[in-house]
Amino acid sequence: MKKFFAGLLLLLGGVRSSHAQERPYFVTYSHEMEEPGNLDIELFNADGKPPGGNRFIGSNIEFEYGVKAWWTTEFYMDGQITQHDSTIFTGYRWENRFRPLWREYWINPVIYVEFENTSADKALREVVGHDGKDDFVDPNSIARLDKEREIETKLILGSNFRGWNISENIIAEKNLSNNPWEFGYAVGASRPLGLAARPHDCTFCPEQFQAGIEMYGGLGDRYSFGTRFTSHYLGPTINWQAPNGVTLSFSPQFGLNGFSIPRLYRFGLSYEVDQFLSRFHRSRQ
Amino acid sequence: MTRIHVPAIFLLSLAILASVSAFGIADGKWLHNVPVRDHAKTNPYRGEPAAIAAGKRVFRDHCAQCHGDHAEGTKKRPSLDSIRVQEQASEGDLHWLLVNGNMRKGMPSWAKLPDQQLWQTIAYVKSLSQ
Repeated sequence: MKKFFAGLLLLLGGVRSSHAQERPYFVTYSHEMEEPGNLDIELFNADGKPPGGNRFIGSNIEFEYGVKAWWTTEFYMDGQITQHDSTIFTGYRWENRFRPLWREYWINPVIYVEFENTSADKALREVVGHDGKDDFVDPNSIARLDKEREIETKLILGSNFRGWNISENIIAEKNLSNNPWEFGYAVGASRPLGLAARPHDCTFCPEQFQAGIEMYGGLGDRYSFGTRFTSHYLGPTINWQAPNGVTLSFSPQFGLNGFSIPRLYRFGLSYEVDQFLSRFHRSRQ
Repeated sequence: MTRIHVPAIFLLSLAILASVSAFGIADGKWLHNVPVRDHAKTNPYRGEPAAIAAGKRVFRDHCAQCHGDHAEGTKKRPSLDSIRVQEQASEGDLHWLLVNGNMRKGMPSWAKLPDQQLWQTIAYVKSLSQ
């Protein structure tokens, strides 16, 4: 394991990074794709404490790669730590995003398809169906017996206008073990704090920050569609793009009803590697 | 002999067709797709030294990975110090290309950058020939 991390650090140390210009969302996807050839390595965490349960941190490490300008693929590995309980690997996900229209319009659709194989997941990367605080109370030994092999689809709609990004996601998820389709939503709006770039290098220029707001929640399932017995979250969100290519993100999020976890603290770190495979080819020559 | 020649001629034709198509696109085919209104747009930052310096920073952060540190082009991506970019394309054409991309050819949309930064980048790119 040490050799793996040493190799990864060596690899990353030798490549150049770019400024990913990531949106500050944790759950909502914008219509913006990964640049072709670039690899974005991201670590996202969600910290919360459900009433009657133990504090947890759910984490994803994600490898996002731009296959084409219109196709982005991403592989996730998930894990979680629960206080007074255990630290476990909770599964993996593989997602693909396709941009069917090859120009920029007022509203730009992206088709999202994901397969996930998880159990006892606490990363809250989406809320669907009747997901709620009670899902986070069971001990890990019991929660991980509930295997979730799911296909998740999203219709991502995004618009950019005068520096603002407005994104809406409509989510439909199907557990492959004969459960009904479950639905959810996520919306976000964000804007850089400065629109024009400064002529000189700077660490804390306004354009290095993006701030916004994000809201998401469940919409029931095929048999009980709606907002009844579903959880919803809302919170401000901000990120900072450091000059070395690292982006740090933070968002306190608040449960909007009795089915939600009262507070979530999300934080993330990402690093984009330019032209990842090209670099690899060159290094072999 | 005919059996040998027919596939060879077919493959050769395909290769020529592919080359002609590639040249067609490399020859600035996207320029024909730019609407008149976009073509006529002018850069609010044209010639401003501060905007050129800022555009150089934006270029370094987002464009240099494909087009080279000095926009000289790389093995797969074109130089921006070319006649097409410097003379044939108007500032409005370049703005349209940055907003929409040319996804078939691997150029992503940069609509995620604010308009101000796109114009600053264009000011820098256009300054390369001066």
